[in-house]
Amino acid sequence: MLEPISVSMESLNLGTLAPMLVAIVGALGILVIDLIKKDLDKTLYVMLSVLILFVDLGAVFGQRLGDRGFFDVMLIDGLAILSQIVILAASMLFIPLALTSRRFHEYSYPEFFALFLFMVAGFQFMVASDNLILIFVGLETASLALYTLIALHNRERSFEAAIKYFVMGALAAGFYVMGAMVFYALTGSVELYKIAEILSVSGFANMTLVLVGVSFMIAAIGFKLSMVPFHTWTPDVYEGASAALAGYMSVVPKIAGFVVAMRVFELLIHSDVVWVRDVLYVAVVVTMTLANIIALVQRDVKRMLAFSSISHAGFVMAAIMIGTTQANSALFLYWILFLFTNLGAFAMLWVSRHKAAVWGDGRFDHPYEKFAGMIHIMPVGAVVMALFMLSLAGVPPFSLFWGKLYIMSAAVNSDYIILALIMAINSAISAYYYLKLIVYMFLKDPSESGRTVYMKNASKPLQTIIGFSVFLTVFAVLAVDPMWEFISTYVQASGF
Amino acid sequence: MDHILSVLVFFPAVAGLLGFVVSKESIRAYGISVAAIEFFLSLWLWFSFDGSYPGMQFVEVLPLIPSFGISYYLGVDGISLFIVILSTFITLIGLIALSIEKDVKNMIVSLLFLEMTMVGVFVSLDAILFYVFWELSLVPMLYIIGAWGGELRVYAAIKFFLYTFAGSLIMLVGMLVMAYLYYQATGVWSFSITEWHRLILPMNYQIWLFIAFFIGLAIKVPMFPFHTWLPYAHGQAPTIGSVILAAVLLKMGTYGLVRLPLPMFPDASVYMIYPVAVLSLIMIIYTAMVAYAQKDMKQVIAYSSVSHMGVIVLGTFAMNPEGITGSVFFMLSHGIVSGALFMLVGVIYDRRHTKLMSEFGGLAKAMPRYATIMGIMVMASVGLPLTMSFVGEFLSLAGFYQISHTMTILAGSSIILGAVYMLSLYKKSFFGDVVHEKNKKLKDLDGKESMALWTLVLVTVWLGVYPKPVLEPINTSVESLVSFMHKKAMTDEAKSVIRPTVIKREAE
Repeated sequence: MLEPISVSMESLNLGTLAPMLVAIVGALGILVIDLIKKDLDKTLYVMLSVLILFVDLGAVFGQRLGDRGFFDVMLIDGLAILSQIVILAASMLFIPLALTSRRFHEYSYPEFFALFLFMVAGFQFMVASDNLILIFVGLETASLALYTLIALHNRERSFEAAIKYFVMGALAAGFYVMGAMVFYALTGSVELYKIAEILSVSGFANMTLVLVGVSFMIAAIGFKLSMVPFHTWTPDVYEGASAALAGYMSVVPKIAGFVVAMRVFELLIHSDVVWVRDVLYVAVVVTMTLANIIALVQRDVKRMLAFSSISHAGFVMAAIMIGTTQANSALFLYWILFLFTNLGAFAMLWVSRHKAAVWGDGRFDHPYEKFAGMIHIMPVGAVVMALFMLSLAGVPPFSLFWGKLYIMSAAVNSDYIILALIMAINSAISAYYYLKLIVYMFLKDPSESGRTVYMKNASKPLQTIIGFSVFLTVFAVLAVDPMWEFISTYVQASGF
Repeated sequence: MDHILSVLVFFPAVAGLLGFVVSKESIRAYGISVAAIEFFLSLWLWFSFDGSYPGMQFVEVLPLIPSFGISYYLGVDGISLFIVILSTFITLIGLIALSIEKDVKNMIVSLLFLEMTMVGVFVSLDAILFYVFWELSLVPMLYIIGAWGGELRVYAAIKFFLYTFAGSLIMLVGMLVMAYLYYQATGVWSFSITEWHRLILPMNYQIWLFIAFFIGLAIKVPMFPFHTWLPYAHGQAPTIGSVILAAVLLKMGTYGLVRLPLPMFPDASVYMIYPVAVLSLIMIIYTAMVAYAQKDMKQVIAYSSVSHMGVIVLGTFAMNPEGITGSVFFMLSHGIVSGALFMLVGVIYDRRHTKLMSEFGGLAKAMPRYATIMGIMVMASVGLPLTMSFVGEFLSLAGFYQISHTMTILAGSSIILGAVYMLSLYKKSFFGDVVHEKNKKLKDLDGKESMALWTLVLVTVWLGVYPKPVLEPINTSVESLVSFMHKKAMTDEAKSVIRPTVIKREAE
């Protein structure tokens, strides 16, 4: 007869789970409210979600650095805390974008908000663990919720996007599981730190198998981060999702992916497995360059931003490849700055969303022509959008310039001068497509009949969020230093 | 006033922001008043500047990102002082003569922002701050060329932006490497240019870094073979855009050469004298020939501008006090003369909406006052003694004569070639009979145009006859720069090429 399993509550250390529990309980709460009283307004759910995320953020700050818990699968290190802060900040900025002045179908369902909170919890699990299985659970929870959120936009293209993303995501999940299996076969463990330990003790005896495992992992993470050649779903999915959600997708799933990539690849890079570094080097350069070149020929601003975000992801992946503390800290700095700017840019698209008006041949929602002559009609809007574009292009002193500066500096400091030059040239290439939008807004005349559609969707909350993003984009230089201190302390504390 | 440099930098920007509130009818007066105040502030700077002290004055330091050594670090010396005054002066003159009617408010606001970036570049002593203003200056110029330019304006504006942006990103990588080397040597991060000057680097580092900086700066100058963006930018830009571009923005490149690579990498600079001199010679002679072949007045002046910039680069790379002082002075005179010439072309373009020389002829009869000023400025551009250009051109070439006789004689042909294309321009458009009916009834210069242009003539002649008040502070700073470079240089070759006169003077 088996002994009854007894686990003391103390050893579970449930405090490590608190942030995710807040999100999950909050989501269930929203569902319960809907059961009790139907047809409550979206404003209620939006504000409830913001409050839940706020409590969640408080719980994150309450966590102790270096804690492990829940059968030791949870790992609260600096990376986990930092990335959860990014995820929650982005989510808190995203959810109020639901308060549009036009009515959009998806926000009338409370399920939207519940799913959203489940997704946030999923991402939080993903970053706060070094157990391959828990990472997988987090990844799938988040992804499944995200597919549904995309489909809820309820247009033909949204369904296409959701299905496409789902199929691709399933493939990536398959790769991930295969990779994890190989590592388990090699070492008998699914804990990353144990895998690293056993591999380095054995001196990477079975290199072929390690190669296979890493290849699977690169493919799986490549899908999530939309690295070339696993990027093909990105533009279509972004196009099908609402602009706000596309902006969210370009920031949050990626930071979760970066953290996982950092955990998985860093242990190999630090054990001098040279070819992992080489493979990543090639992937980084190809992702940056190819995405930039494809972005040059896009006719739709949203698709352009999709390719641009692929290119930015490639840029940041370089930091993981370099692998120094400075590089990893620069990654977080870059992504925090990118968060505000990119979300701001997508929010501007969201503001200009117009259900009835069809532009050009009607193929795209946001073709460049739509923004022609915006300076004459909406000068403030045009200047704001131009600020975001200049910042994305890396024109100083706007926010992303500082991110680029730190990553390029990290590259230079580790003797990757060629890589730094490639980054510089890519920034110059990318300037062209960002300028293209500025050219349309400032240098062209308004299109026929000059329909003033630009700000149709604007409401006070949206304007506030955009104003907030503009403020951080313009005055980023003042925030860089304190942010850098904070980030590098946390990154250093977790040993990356 | 301790913060006069900060005031100089940010006053136009703040004024530009407030300018959004000013009504359309009064915006012109607003712009001129702001530019005038800024100009008088810069004169005050000159007045309180100690011309006998060679180092940085009015220094302001405020750490921006202390952990990475980036600070808000401003200062001015004899080299930058007059370029700052040139920027404020040209902006003021340009605003007075501004003839644009369309969207005049946007134009004036962007000009004021442009003024901030121009002054900012010339007074920043932190590499990152320098870079910030350097890049930021592209944005208003992009808008000015792209929104008010000619038919190909969008193409020209984007070409201008991308060329400079790509070049300066390479310079940024150079800056990061430099900062890292500084960190390795001292254990502290710093982007301060004056600190970097004190770092002595091995030769191979010097050469690579020199190339990185040189590419970024050369595209702006623009050096051959990176000059192709300039004719488009000038050809398409509105008058005010060309004036500012030629008078001030190009000077950023040559000023950068004096401020960054020369004192930072003296050995590499000496090593690179001949390659750079050959490029400059090609630039001087080739673009002068191209200028002669142009049919469009503005293109002639644009190419002549490139040709003269070649002389400036040559003077800079003479590496001796005469050459560098001459090239700095030539920057000023070129700013004023080419600014005036572009303005003059703008005057005739406003009246006839064409710049083709074949459309004119006999303008001297129809517009005598216009022809007088044009004549003076053409002479100044050619380098006639008693005009400002003569002083600068002569000193630059005299400086380089110590490096290479043949090259200097070849470069001296720029004066002859300049006379060929400028005088033929003058002959074709101003002498002879009035062929076109339209040209007979052309209005001569009006009040604001006369005022702007006569001021420029006055300055050209004044500083041509008596350049001392400007030349002396420049010379003081340049001499200390050269003797610093001499002390810093490691190789004997560099030490023998960089010959300071200060030592001689101290011995007396």
